[in-house]
Formats: sequence, structure tokens, C-alpha cells
Amino acid sequence: MVSVAAGQTREQRIWGALAEIPDPEIPAISLVELGVIGEVRVDDAGRLAHIQLLPTFIGCPAIDVMRRQITERLTELEVAERIEVEVSFAMPWTSERISPSGRERLRLSGFAPPVMTDIQDLEELAVLPIAECPFCGSRSTTLDNPFGPTLCRAIYHCTSCRQPFEQFKRI
Amino acid sequence: MSLETEAGSRDAVAELLLSVADDEFVIGFWDSEWTGIAPMLEEDVATSSIAQDEIGHARALYELLATLTDDDADRIAFGRDSAAYRHAALLEHARGDWAFSVARRWLYETADAVRLSALARSRWEPLANLASKMRREETYHRMHADAWLRRLADGPRDVRARLAGSLVRLWPDAQEVFAPLAGEEELVRHGVLPDPMAALHATWQAEVRAILAPIVDGLAPAQPSADGRERRTDDFRWLHGEFTLVARSEAGATW
Repeated sequence: MVSVAAGQTREQRIWGALAEIPDPEIPAISLVELGVIGEVRVDDAGRLAHIQLLPTFIGCPAIDVMRRQITERLTELEVAERIEVEVSFAMPWTSERISPSGRERLRLSGFAPPVMTDIQDLEELAVLPIAECPFCGSRSTTLDNPFGPTLCRAIYHCTSCRQPFEQFKRI
Repeated sequence: MSLETEAGSRDAVAELLLSVADDEFVIGFWDSEWTGIAPMLEEDVATSSIAQDEIGHARALYELLATLTDDDADRIAFGRDSAAYRHAALLEHARGDWAFSVARRWLYETADAVRLSALARSRWEPLANLASKMRREETYHRMHADAWLRRLADGPRDVRARLAGSLVRLWPDAQEVFAPLAGEEELVRHGVLPDPMAALHATWQAEVRAILAPIVDGLAPAQPSADGRERRTDDFRWLHGEFTLVARSEAGATW
């Protein structure tokens, strides 16, 4: 159960609950840390809570799972009579939306976080930067495949510790 | 403009959405035919991932269309007769050999990139938003297609010949990605489609002719045709039978 401190607004309670829902594909990181929650709106009377969900990739099959988890958790929390989860592209998800703690959790669970740069130019996106090995920290790594086991991951190889590893793709 | 109240505009937008969605849907299914049998393991993963992206794009576009026309995305995707699909003639062909698939994917990715850069500037916001998001993902596809084109073009004589032969064979049908749409004038006037298909076609052709010149001797002059999105073949009828199999076997079933 979600513990709710006295005096919290409905929005705060919702953000708190969403911060405890793990990403279905990489459970080490929460939906909030992953940055897939856009807006949270709820009216004062608690009739409708509106959650904006921003897919990492358009075809991500985990979106339906996330939508269900959010609805179940917020229903359980009794934060509003009705929960509405809207999948939105109004604000595109980019890898910069992953929080600092999210990046650290990715690294601890063996995923290289996406390299941080502000991507305005799509041409720049196509130049894949070096990834930092999440196991030994070396930047002496090579890209094996820009496509991996899920839409959001690329496969690298570390030439220092000789481990293959995955990077959360920069997009 | 109000798409909801202007029936003519709504039909024109529906036609545009359907053309892009069907292109993405059909190439996604052709690519998925390589899952497990691509030339190498990395390529199995890459082709399957790209196919999943494309079908995901199609789903988002079908959902947008379903909202506009008060329909159901699954019905649009799986409930139509094969003659009702509106993908370009380029996507009619069976996957062929690897060189043929690489040639088609490269021609499609380059054309799709030109189209998406226009759609990202659409005055209809839901489409502009979706197209902007798609462009980021398609950048990876384009990079991959470029790498394979170069790899085959720099390969041994037999490989180069297969690639060049496939490009020549597909060249006329590739133009059809820019086939004129019903209601196109209206789309351009309202800024839903910022540039006419003919202008996008000219941009694309100039770009790809320059890249293909060292690979293929003399690509014939070619233009899109009026029925470029209406020519169905046995290849596609077979694929349609495959991808509608589950939906047909249990009508109205939900996951």
C-alpha cells in the first residue's frame, strides 16, 4: 500500500504512487524516473484524474501494461472517482527525460544510460556516441547493433572488460 | 480549420492517414518475414525491431484515423478486404532475396523521410506531433538502410549486380509513395499537408538519384501515377491472408 502523508494534495499522492510503479521491461526504474509521465491533472472534487503517458517508442508493447498498472494503482489509492490515462505525443519523450536517479538505477542494473546531449538536429541523432560500460566504466566500447531485444535498447561490447551490454537508446 | 465539421476535409485527411499507415503496416509485415532467417543474428534482431517500429507507427496512425472517422483501429488494420488497402506499389512485392529487401527498404526509408519532414510541419497538430516522434525513430532505420546499401554496393560483383538489379526493378514502383491523393488540393490549402506530393517527389528524386548514380547505370525517368496506391498483386493478397489470419479465425475476439 502507498503511504500517504497528511496534507498532501491529490497530485502529490498520484506522483508518489506513480513513482512506485516499475517499468514493465526494466523493473529497476520507475515510470516517473523513466520520464514517461507527462502531465498529471485532477480536479479538487476528485472526480477525474487525468494522466498523460508519453511512450518511449511509438510501438512499445509495454504501453498497454503501463496504462493498466497506472489505472489499477490509482484506483486502489482512491484518489479520484475516475482515472483516465491518455497516450500522448504532444510532448515527445526523449532520452533527456530520464531522471538522474533513473540513470543511476539503469547503470546499477547493467544498462548504460543514454549519452546526455540535447538533440535538436536529427542528423546528430544518427551519429551514435560512445557508451560507457555499466560494469567497469570504460569508454572503450563498440556498438554491436543499434537494435536490441526491445525497441529502446542498443547492444554494445566493452573492449576493456569484454562484456556485452545494452544501452538505453538515445532518441 | 475544423476537421470534425468539414466532411470534405475529414475525408481528405482520412485518405492521407490511411496511405501513410498502410505503407508502414505492410512494410512492417514484409520485414517480419525475415525474423529468424536474416543473413546473421544481428540482422534478425535489427529487422524484427524495425518491423515492430513500423507496425507501431501504423497502429498510432490507425488510432488517429479511428478517432477522426469514429471507427476502430483493429477493424481498419485487419478488417478490410485486400483491395481496400492504400499502400504504394513499392510495397506490393514479396520480400525476395536479401538484396531486394535492402533495395526496397532503402527506397522506402528515403521516401518516408521526405514525407515525414513535411508531415512534421502539418498545421493539424495531432499529425505533426506524431510525425515528429516518428522521425526520431526513423532516423535509426535510415542509418541502418544506408549502411546496408553501402555494404552491398561495395561488395563482390554478384552482390553489386543483385542490388543494382533490384533497384532498377523497384524504381518505377518507388515513385508511387508520392502518388497523388484524393483531396490533396484541400489538404495543401489547409496546411494539413504543407507541400503537394509532386513537390515532395521532386525533392526525393533529386536526393536519391545523386546517391544511386554510382551504383546503378541510368535510372529511367519516372513519375508517380494516379493508381499508384491501388494496384494489388497476388504477393500482397498472400500477405493479407497471413496477417488477417488470427483476426478472421475468431471474429470480434479481444486479447
